[in-house]
Amino acid sequence: MTENLPRTDRPLRVLAAMSGGVDSAVAAARAVEAGHDVTGVHLALSANPQSFRTGARGCCTIEDSRDARRAADVIGIPFYVWDLAERFREDVVEDFISEYEAGRTPNPCLRCNEKIKFAALLDKALALGFDAVCTGHYATVVLKEDGSRELHRASDMAKDQSYVLGVLDEKQLAHALFPLGDTLTTKEEIRAEAEQRGLAVAKKPDSHDICFIADGDTQGFLADRLGKAEGDIVDEATGEKVGTHEGAFGFTIGQRKGLRIGHPAPDGKPRYVLDISPVNNTVTVGPVEALDVSALTAIRPRWCGGEAAAPGTYTAQLRAHGGETEVFAEVVDGELRVSFTEPVRGVAPGQAIVLYDGTRVVGSATIATTTRAAAAV
Amino acid sequence: MAYLDHAATTPMLPEAAAAMTAQFAATGNASSLHAAGRRARRTVEEAREAFAEAIGARPSEVVFTAGGTEADNLAVKGLYWARRDADPARTRIIASPVEHHAVLDAVHWLAEHEGARVDYLPVDRYGRVHPDAFREAVERNPDDVALATVMWANNEIGTVMPVRELAAIAREAGIPLHSDAVQAFGQLDVHFGDSGLAAMTVSGHKIGGPYGIGALLLGRDQSPVPVLHGGGQERHVRSGTLDVPAIAAFAVAAVLAAERREQFATQIGSLRDELVAAVLAAVPDAVLGGDPEERLPANAHFSFPGCEGDSLLLLLDAQGIECSTGSACTAGVAQPSHVLLAAGTDPQLARGTLRFSLGHTSTKEDVAALAAAIGPAVERARTAGLS
Repeated sequence: MTENLPRTDRPLRVLAAMSGGVDSAVAAARAVEAGHDVTGVHLALSANPQSFRTGARGCCTIEDSRDARRAADVIGIPFYVWDLAERFREDVVEDFISEYEAGRTPNPCLRCNEKIKFAALLDKALALGFDAVCTGHYATVVLKEDGSRELHRASDMAKDQSYVLGVLDEKQLAHALFPLGDTLTTKEEIRAEAEQRGLAVAKKPDSHDICFIADGDTQGFLADRLGKAEGDIVDEATGEKVGTHEGAFGFTIGQRKGLRIGHPAPDGKPRYVLDISPVNNTVTVGPVEALDVSALTAIRPRWCGGEAAAPGTYTAQLRAHGGETEVFAEVVDGELRVSFTEPVRGVAPGQAIVLYDGTRVVGSATIATTTRAAAAV
Repeated sequence: MAYLDHAATTPMLPEAAAAMTAQFAATGNASSLHAAGRRARRTVEEAREAFAEAIGARPSEVVFTAGGTEADNLAVKGLYWARRDADPARTRIIASPVEHHAVLDAVHWLAEHEGARVDYLPVDRYGRVHPDAFREAVERNPDDVALATVMWANNEIGTVMPVRELAAIAREAGIPLHSDAVQAFGQLDVHFGDSGLAAMTVSGHKIGGPYGIGALLLGRDQSPVPVLHGGGQERHVRSGTLDVPAIAAFAVAAVLAAERREQFATQIGSLRDELVAAVLAAVPDAVLGGDPEERLPANAHFSFPGCEGDSLLLLLDAQGIECSTGSACTAGVAQPSHVLLAAGTDPQLARGTLRFSLGHTSTKEDVAALAAAIGPAVERARTAGLS
């Protein structure tokens, strides 16, 4: 049975994390409707919140805080703003910058779930006497007969967010409520539900991009923090310099756009970023086939069910909106080793690999190294 | 429900509500010359006279504003501009560092945009300005001072300032002293005529009157440059159509506040003492903020070591106890109180503060509810710790 929004004899004391968006508002409203004692909290994650949105919507503005407060008032629950800006800066923003600086491609949303929403926030909630933290994430929690919990993909695959929750461990999962995750509702239906509940956020645009980069310009953000440093773009096949860049940190493995290589490759095919070397500030490019990866290793594994994955065949997801691919995975010396049944393209160190057994999330780990598929060499 | 946040706002007195609603049915702009206007004008002027008497001022010294914040801005900015216009050397402002943001931010703004130099007065550990310190700041150069501003009693920690002594020093030096008496009015004797002040701010909704109305008591020799320009109402100092219902109700509340003040202060003071004793009994290491003696009779303020004020607020709110951390907010995020920091409180300790403020509807049951809840709440908040 699913345990996304349990109905209990005694109401649970629930802390609803409210971003100011429609999903978390409806999630909080559903928790109230299920009979729980709900308190709303908005996390202030920016030390200098902007008053209004500029460009893409983030979740750090005063306007979002006000939207969350309005939703809480309509739902009829107490509402607080908790200042976690310092923790967020240390654990998410600094990590994001240093990962890019090291030539990797981090996923700050996973990091935020692991370190902020289901750590700093959850710990404080539990200490204050709450039983659970409720969010608007789309994923399914299954309660097993032995009382343990499993995390599964959302009922609606199109909205599934289990990938960014793959970092949760047994304890975190035991105190997480996802009231939206196990119902088959489209985004339009969620908006309609919000409208019906009188929530003004019903018409609010979806958030995307990275919340602490309000204008969506990741390169500009990194350049501000890390400074510009001109370096070479080198073709792997010829070893020849084919262009220059303003900082190797600005690139992602598999990137094609924005390389500004003046002349075409000898074979006339587009070139992609194959490797980023922060040490000598060099970006290596080559043909698309060279992006094919046959295996990888990943560090810092976290197991959703508490136990490490047994060696075997799983499916893996490598990006927040990526598809599934079949893998063989095993844990060797605390490190996850994965080989792909079919080569996959564009795997960037720093990103998370989440392993699934069917719909069940087995665990996640951070990609450290990749092995090129033999065919491409 | 135990409402212990009367310093934020206190329920309207039934008499004030009646006076206000009575005016809603009537038409008339107090500046119009016809019968309807004359009726409105009469209501306003009778209210002004009653209000003036209640606060020890002349009717001509009453400038109605849309609240305490506006009155503070008018006093600080208006007097600064007027005094500087009269003598360009006068660009110094002497201010206490524990002022409400309505004063403090106006002073900051003048420093950033109008060339003001600000001398913040030292305060003792109770947040009090001492007359000697004020005299020293004045005597550094009495001729370059535009104005001085020191609140009558602090809104967070309740400490009462020696306003009359400060006013005497200012008067001697020919410097206008403004005082924000928003919290003091109704609890202390704030007779404007006896105070020696050049200007004094009061607010309606803190004394059982309506929101959105306040007054600047302004000595007749003071002509601040207006902040709001327009139709020339209120001595040409504060333009804008007079809010007849709010003014009528404010006057009723002010008259009752003055009439009842002594008895209210005695009764509420003893209830407050009970509250302080109950909190200290439940949490022996709680630290009482502000002066233990010379404080607003309705104010109690505590720091709870190892607690986050926000956590305490949440836990008490869940028990139906409504109070405040007493500090300012940005997007609802609590910042350590500038008042406590100025008074030299340890910044860690300053994070775990609560202000309990009593009022005309407070009962022993309210105090009993707090007494029962505060111990477990502090214990729990300590577990959650300082994030």
